[in-house]
This record gives sequence, C-alpha cells and structure tokens, in this order.
Amino acid sequence: MKNDIIQLSHGAGGRQTQRLVSRIFAAAFENPCLDVLNDASVLPWEQDRLVMTTDTYVVTPLFFPGGDIGRLAVCGTVNDLAVMGAMPVYISTGFILEEGFAIADLEKIASSMRQAADEAGAVIVTGDTKVVPKHKGDGVFINTAGIGRLVSEQTISAEQIRPGDAVILTGSVGNHGLAVISARGEFGLKGPLRSDVAPLSGMVQDLLRAGIRIHAMRDATRGGVATVLNELAETAGVSITVNESAVPLSEAVHSACTILGFDPLYVANEGLLVIVLPAGETENALQILRGHKYGSEAVHAGEVHQEANHCVYLKTAIGSRRMLNMRSGEQLPRIC
Amino acid sequence: MKYVSEFQDRNAVQYLAASIRERVAGKDLTIMEVCGTHTMAIARSGLRELLPDQLTLISGPGCPVCVTDVSYIDRAIALSRMHGTVIATFGDLMRVPGSDSTLEKERANGADIRIVTSAMDALFMAGQKAGQRVIFLGIGFETTIPTVGVVIQSAKSRHIRNFYVLSSHKIMPPAMKALCEGDVRIDGFLCPGHVSTITGPAIYDDIVKQYGKGCVVTGFEPTDILSGILMLSKQILAKTPAVENQYKRAVLPDGNPRAKEVMDEVFESCDTPWRGLGTIPASGLKIRDAYASWDASVQIAVPVKESREPHGCRCGDVLTGRIQPEACPLFGNPCTPDYPAGACMVSSEGTCAAHYKYGFHRK
Repeated sequence: MKNDIIQLSHGAGGRQTQRLVSRIFAAAFENPCLDVLNDASVLPWEQDRLVMTTDTYVVTPLFFPGGDIGRLAVCGTVNDLAVMGAMPVYISTGFILEEGFAIADLEKIASSMRQAADEAGAVIVTGDTKVVPKHKGDGVFINTAGIGRLVSEQTISAEQIRPGDAVILTGSVGNHGLAVISARGEFGLKGPLRSDVAPLSGMVQDLLRAGIRIHAMRDATRGGVATVLNELAETAGVSITVNESAVPLSEAVHSACTILGFDPLYVANEGLLVIVLPAGETENALQILRGHKYGSEAVHAGEVHQEANHCVYLKTAIGSRRMLNMRSGEQLPRIC
Repeated sequence: MKYVSEFQDRNAVQYLAASIRERVAGKDLTIMEVCGTHTMAIARSGLRELLPDQLTLISGPGCPVCVTDVSYIDRAIALSRMHGTVIATFGDLMRVPGSDSTLEKERANGADIRIVTSAMDALFMAGQKAGQRVIFLGIGFETTIPTVGVVIQSAKSRHIRNFYVLSSHKIMPPAMKALCEGDVRIDGFLCPGHVSTITGPAIYDDIVKQYGKGCVVTGFEPTDILSGILMLSKQILAKTPAVENQYKRAVLPDGNPRAKEVMDEVFESCDTPWRGLGTIPASGLKIRDAYASWDASVQIAVPVKESREPHGCRCGDVLTGRIQPEACPLFGNPCTPDYPAGACMVSSEGTCAAHYKYGFHRK
C-alpha cells in the first residue's frame, strides 16, 4: 500500500476506504478516544464551558522547510484555541484527497499531525476522507476542528486592551510566508528560510498558569503582524505604536523581503503570537516566553496609546514615524 | 543586511535631515522624485516627517505600471482570452484596471496568466510549453528593457518560436522634458537611480541645459534620498543647476555599456502614449524588424475595443504632479488597493498606493 496512490475507490466508503482509514489514519492517530468503527466519538468532559474552532488548510507546496500541511492543520487549530486561553483537548480532521495522490505522502502528513497533536497535548478523535477526481483538487486539503478546555478565567479579547498596555511579539516575523514562497521555487529564492509553524498552546499555558494578565492575544497568520495589530486597534478603539528596531527579523527573511519588495510585517507566520498586556506584566511574561523553545526571540515591541485615529504606527529605525496600515490584497512581487 | 543597513544609519539620517531643515528654512522648494521606487521608499521610511513643510516632494511619472496606457491592458486582456495562450507578467500588472476587466479577473475566469519576476522566466516557460504561446508583458523603463532585450536575443538564438513580447517600454528623459514644459512647478529632479545605472547620468544633461532644472541621480536608502535632496536643495538655492550623481556606488559615468548595446540592438525609438501625459514623441521603444518574429503586436492580431479611462480617475494628474492623491475624488472611496480604479493605486510603486498604504490621508 505504501507505494500506492489514492484512487476514487478510496473515497467510496467501501472496503478500500476502511483499509485506508485503518492503515494510515488509525495507525497514525491511535488513541483511546479515536473510534474508527462508529460515525462519531463519545468523549469525556468535565467543565461547564468549552472552546471550539475550525479551520481549513490549503498550501502549495504540501511539504516546505519547517513543516507540511499536516503540521499546519493541527498547529493552526491548536493556536486558535490557545489564543483564547484554552488548552486543546480534542481535534477532528477531514481530508479531501485528489485521485493519484501518493499514499506515502499521506502517511507522512498523518504522522506530522500526530506529532503536532502530541506536542500540544491533544488527541485526534474523529475524521473523514473524501476523494475528488484528478485535477479537481491540489493533492490534499485538510479541515480540522478543535475543542479546548479553558485554563484561566481571564477574558482575553481585544475589548480588554487599554492605553498604556505593552505589545509583545513572541518570535521573528515573516518566516512561514517566505519559507512557503521559497519552497515553491517561483522566485529562485534559496537560503535558510524555514517556516515557524508550531503548536503554541504549551507556551500560552505557561503564561496563564504563572498568573500573567493578558488583555488580548492573536496568532499572526495571514496578513502578518501588521494586520493583527490593525484589527486589535480598531476593535479596542486605541492606537498602537510598534518600534521597528525591536521587531525580530532574520537576515534571510529581511533579504528575501527586500528582493521581492515585501514588507515582513505583512507576511504570514504560523508560530508567532501578538500579545497585548498591562505594561507591568511585560518583564515576567518575556521571561516565561523566552524560556520556551517557541518564544526564545520574544520581545517587547510596542505600546498602546489613546489617539483620535485608531491607527497603528511604526516608529522606524531611522527615527521617523509612519502608518502601518491594514494590508490590501496579496503582496505582489514588483517590477523593479 | 550588509551594504544596505549602512545606508539606514539613524545618526546619519538625523544629521542629513537637520542639514536640509537648516538650509531650506524660510524658502519654498518643490522637488519631484521621478521614480516610483523613490516614492515608496520615502513613504516607507517616513522621511517626510523629518523634512521641513516648505519642502514639497511631488511624485513623478516613474512608476512603469502607472504610466501604462489603458489600451495596453485591454490588449493584454484580449490576448489572455485567446486559446492556447499563456500570459507571463510582472505581479504589479495583475490588478491594473483595463476598460472592463483586469488580468486578475481573467485569471479567475480561467485564463492562463503567470506572475514572473523576469522575462527569462517567461522564456523558460515557453521552452516547456511547446504547442502553447507564451506572451511576456514587456513594460518598464531603461532599468528593465535590457533584460527583455537579452531574452528576445536568446529566443532568436535558441529558435524558440512560441515566445512573444508585448512591448510598451518607455524611456525617462522625454517624459521629464514634457513635465518641464507643463504647468507644474518643479525646481529640480531626484533622478531615478535604477534607470541611471543603465544609462549613466548624462541622459539628464538636456534637462539642465534646456530647462535649467537641477538633476541629482539618487539611490534608494534613507541616507541616499536625504543626501540627494540636500544636494538638489543646494543647487536650487544657489541657482546652479547641474547633473550630479549621489548614487556613485551603483551609477557609473557611462552607465552599463553592454546593457545599452543590447537595448539599441533589439529596440528602436517610437512615439508612445503615457497615462497622464498623452503621446510623447520618441518616448517609447518598440522591437526592431530584425526581431519582429517575437513581437506580439506584429505577430498576433486580436480585436480590442476602444479603451476608456475609469470615470473620475485622476491618475494622470497625480502622475504629472498636478495634484496629490488625496485631491482625487475617488481616493479612498471607492478607489483603494482592494478595489483600485486607477493604476496609481495598484502598483507597489504607485503614488496613490503609497499615500494610502502609509496613511497620509488619515493624519
């Protein structure tokens, strides 16, 4: 089966489907809650409230430096729960596979999902597989949903943001977007570009367990840090100023962005949080974050303040100030 | 980043900005930065904030996407609809509105349109797509033209017959002269560094001789731009217009002779329409007859309806420095980078895009 490819019959619901599910998915996701024989899984729950999210993942190429679509599909959902102050517990997954897709690749993807879920302390408890004819898909699309348990009674939401708050970035910006672009090979980019895709629930849990008060928290995925900050500023009715010199940026991402004419603050990340918290909590928070492998580059990058315009500003490295607006459309490589 | 960060030094920037403030105190100066990359670099680095209010910077017609006539976009769209055709283009052109559509919309409707970062990528694509024709959308100034020339030469020597260029290349000096003859006050030009690496600074001699306007060839990092402005301010205030080269680390006195040779070999001068400036004699470059087999406008006949500019759009006035983007009735509503009405809002080098992105209108 390992040298085999996906055929339409793998999605027909018969013996072939069963075989695929048991050989690939059940083997990779194996855990006491996973019930491949029934239509749904029955799960224990102890709290009054749960946190739930879902997201669908499409990425070209499916495998890129630092990760693959499987890791992305689990981490994205885990992080969406984490930023609400919840620990992921259960994950569901749906696959849309294209006819002809290599089963060996599917196995790698499933194994990445298991690894990421293990790291986040979650289990994959139910799933679904469909197969579409050749050229009707892009190899594999994955949907995941996640259920999380709240680890803190704090309300973490943009409305909590107050003038005087500090803004923390937990890592260097732009790594995921540039790694994917370079893996596509379209622009002849080479170099140490590596996606930051990572499950951040452990890091968030460390912060919350230490009693750090957090006003708002977002993972800066599509649209990058600048887009998240604009959304926060608008919702909270405040202005935010980011200090350009403080923003962590790798040499490789900086160079690639300069060549392509991209602004790294608008490039996607998959393992970076924007955290807004009372200024007095900053030092403790940074200490905890920096002790974590996904937060070693964490910095205090900006401040919240009250201005008539609810804008995001960038204090540039050369000592001027400019607007960091919401991004429009996709960033396109420029002509010269 | 080496050889870049040195030119972003905070102390040097502050020193240069203070020197400019001191020098122009109490005097009104209007400087045009011709090149779109300058416009973006100025906005992105927030330099305006460091400059005195009496120093007005106006953006010129040096964004190749912005000055591309609507009729060219319409032709590109018509070609993209032809069976067996792949359009290869720089990313900036994707969202430029034609009369009724954009390349981006055509791609969504099934046209095969690929973004490339060089004409060579398009030629490789043609090599891999026997049976289909690949048309490269050749726009740009002296910076880009030699690379397109080399690719056309390469197509000829390698007998690649399914590759074409739809050329709307333009050269800078005739547009600058047209501006000098217009009604907009310009005291001097920050001249495009990239164009000048190919041509050398001598192409601006006539601007100084005929129109008495100072010309300083300028690089793109903050200290480059401020040095260029300082050099130009000195010239203007002392009334000693001259061609000076601030960007010596890239621009040699003769430019790039090999690149100029290629340009001459493959292209010849023609009249061409500029958005905002109309048709300017001898301001364009078309593909010479010897290379006509690779010229899409010669080889591929396609009906194109009469083109029309978007109603109310004042890109033309923005490109010639007559108005700042905020004075256009469409700016910000409905024209935004998401739903651009005019090209100046699309390109990463467009003046309206720079003003919108960096929020000049919200201050």
